[in-house]
Amino acid sequence: MMHRQAVIVGGGPAGLAAALRLREKGVQDILVLEREQLLGGILRQCIHDGFGLTRFGESLSGPEYAQRFIDRVKAANLECLTDCTVLDITPEKVVTAASRAKGLLQIQADAVLLTMGCRERTRGALATPGTRPAGVYTAGVAQNYINLQNIMVGHEVVILGSGDIGLIMARRMTLEGAHVKGVYEVQPYPSGLPRNIEQCLNDYGIPLHLSHTVVDIRGRERLTSVVVAQCDERFRPIPGTEEEIPCDTLILSVGLIPENELSLAAGVELDARTRGAFVDEHCQTQVPGIFAAGNVLHVHDLVDFVSLEAEALADSAAEYILKGSLPACCLEVRAGQNVGHVIPQRISGTRSFTLSLRVRQPLTDVSVVVRQGDREVLRKKMRKALPAEMIQLPIRAEKLTDSADMEVYVE
Amino acid sequence: MRDYDIIIIGGGVVGSAIARELTRYQLRVGVLEKESDVCTHTSGRNTGMLHAGFLYKTGSLKAQCCVEGNREFDQVARELDVPFKRTGKLIVGFTEEHRQRLLTMLERGKANGVPGMELIDRKRMDEIDPSAGGNFAIFCPSSGILDPFTYTVALAENAVKNGAAYHLYTEVTGSEYLPDGRHVLHTTKGDFTCRWVVNSAGLNSAKISEMLGIPGYVIQPVKGEYFVLDKKAGAFAKIPVYPAPTERNTFDTHATPTVDGNVLVGPNSFNVEDGEDYSVRQTGMDGLQESGARMFKHMKREYYIRTFAGARPKRVDPATGEIQDFLIERRDEVPGVINLVGIESPGLTSALPIARRVVKLLQEKETLTPNPAFDPIRRGVPRFHEASCEEQARLIAENPDYGEIICRCETITRAEIVAAIHNPLGVCTVNGIKVRTRASMGRCQGGYCETRITALIREELGKAVTDMRLGNGESTMFTGYVKGGEQA
Repeated sequence: MMHRQAVIVGGGPAGLAAALRLREKGVQDILVLEREQLLGGILRQCIHDGFGLTRFGESLSGPEYAQRFIDRVKAANLECLTDCTVLDITPEKVVTAASRAKGLLQIQADAVLLTMGCRERTRGALATPGTRPAGVYTAGVAQNYINLQNIMVGHEVVILGSGDIGLIMARRMTLEGAHVKGVYEVQPYPSGLPRNIEQCLNDYGIPLHLSHTVVDIRGRERLTSVVVAQCDERFRPIPGTEEEIPCDTLILSVGLIPENELSLAAGVELDARTRGAFVDEHCQTQVPGIFAAGNVLHVHDLVDFVSLEAEALADSAAEYILKGSLPACCLEVRAGQNVGHVIPQRISGTRSFTLSLRVRQPLTDVSVVVRQGDREVLRKKMRKALPAEMIQLPIRAEKLTDSADMEVYVE
Repeated sequence: MRDYDIIIIGGGVVGSAIARELTRYQLRVGVLEKESDVCTHTSGRNTGMLHAGFLYKTGSLKAQCCVEGNREFDQVARELDVPFKRTGKLIVGFTEEHRQRLLTMLERGKANGVPGMELIDRKRMDEIDPSAGGNFAIFCPSSGILDPFTYTVALAENAVKNGAAYHLYTEVTGSEYLPDGRHVLHTTKGDFTCRWVVNSAGLNSAKISEMLGIPGYVIQPVKGEYFVLDKKAGAFAKIPVYPAPTERNTFDTHATPTVDGNVLVGPNSFNVEDGEDYSVRQTGMDGLQESGARMFKHMKREYYIRTFAGARPKRVDPATGEIQDFLIERRDEVPGVINLVGIESPGLTSALPIARRVVKLLQEKETLTPNPAFDPIRRGVPRFHEASCEEQARLIAENPDYGEIICRCETITRAEIVAAIHNPLGVCTVNGIKVRTRASMGRCQGGYCETRITALIREELGKAVTDMRLGNGESTMFTGYVKGGEQA
């Protein structure tokens, strides 16, 4: 069996950023395993710009953003195996992977970094009624066909869900000559970023219908139409509001799910709210030496934050690898009023860390409050807080106590 | 004009079983299938149960064929390399009324020749499956679960290996007798001639029967909707658990593990006019969510990966609407025709016994010469995810395509997909690859692998993007290239 100090599962933005930082911190023996032929992860198909504003202070396309990391990984001579899919991870950190070139690999790792990203929620998960014709695609699949394979998937398009990839695809397909008839979102507010609503829908005159959903899909061979309806506050279609819209393509942008099947195999416990691992301030799961960051931990809004989170992970993982352990994290971090989830879920109370959270619904003129018992650790006023935007708050060690759980709420 | 000794109309599980059994003899066998593949209707849209045979009237063809098909299936699964588990089944009851119905069922099962059925108490139930509800149950050890796609494909491939020919996208539109007594079948792919025709047209069997000169049968399609649950839910379902039968001797919603480790919740059951309309309804899904949760406590939204519907072609009495037995007939006044009408559940279990009855009807009219080259064995492509670590290492060493995982959720390799693309029936749809390999049947539903599978089909078969089909008919996947994209 091979041995590596660190095995990184996934060579996307999180994995590459973590690999580089681990090396900077003095970890020599690093292996990145990537299932695709090329590094870069999902960024490869994200040819629009807007990446890197936080990380690099300039607007890059997805492939350009990825290439900055790939170039540095190459320069640092980091060992990356592409075309190599991880099949299993054990709690003892034995990683099994399949590769054309290397066969079946088994690697004993000192630390495993989970950076597998996320996958799209499907029609099956929604249980949308209707037939199963060709022409129903998730936004990411359509994006792959159009941007990586140059294949056009349809002409008359309806988009269900206002996730960012769906919005990006509304613009992309319009530029390719398709007619995007509208975006239908079941919630009373958009799930994508305001800048994408502006630049991808409003700039092209594509209507956004909030509190609407698709209630029927029609056509036996290729899609012929969908039926949309208005929804009540509990997301149930309101009878009598149905409207049939002829179309040949339905694009689904209805949410992302962290891809944690390997994590489960490794015995990692998941948080039902994030659908990612429970982690402490070191991005360590409750299995010692197994760490997680990026979209596999919780779905981010911007790739810049994925890179930053992975770098923070690598700082801790390097410490774990070089020293053999990390300070215990016994304090719980709880999501309180108006807060959907928090990362991390456990802290030591002795170190600085970055707190990530999302609000449950759009709020205006609020304060995010971080407390430990009677002690107010941080209070941040926000004019606007949207579920689409991840909120990140640096928490400084000197504000903390190591004797009380933490609660995060928005008032 | 293509000529065969015998033509089978319909390439479902029964038609394919008939084709396979007929190739045991020196006959030129042709199968006409109107769709893109062999299991796109009833044969591929069901619970995948190997039924035991306790539900059907004693002495009926349904009872006889089912018990016979059940008894031999271990050998059949071995011969044809079909995933199959003889799990047994629990039919559970709560009340005294349930107990009476279960005892009636037990007696009928015994009369039909179903082996080993017994009424068991809660203590025994706990030993078999503690998660099953109910106060007592019938345990039927001979029930099992199988993969209906692989079974149908395997029968068809074995038939082809032994000389049968499949014609896909070939819908029969008319039939006439030639002066020499042979048939000419008009189809969407031209004319075919033959001495014998077997009607195995499932949902369309009454229509084809009339076309062949035997009018008067009525098929009532009975539709059922299902949820498919993630394999994570499958960890909680070891054995099919059914509720006690209703007064009408049918089963309400139940949860059935599949042989691949998923769980099916359903079916509900309602009459429809158009048996080939497989749309699922919101009301149907709502009902299954509610009734499914009663039978299976892990019926959770996070486990939903797909819904589907199927339809059983029930032959009904035109006057009373009462459901009839399987019909397998040959009439002297309609020469050269073997007519199968109303082959519904338990048709999957009964396919080979039905096929042997067809052969017998043929033998009443002519002496068949055994085919000395007949080989009952069909081997599927080795499945990477079922192999041990040592076998996986060996598979990759022998064929590097085994080292490239295309479908992440089901761990299906490039080697398996390429083999499926070059399948003996010449099926080239994305769904055809799916049912042969399980690629895209997992929780991401092709979100990762579909783009790779379509690329592989194009690469292996040299198909234009506009010729790519998802499944039946004109299920066109792509409209062309992006601007200037043809050159890239």
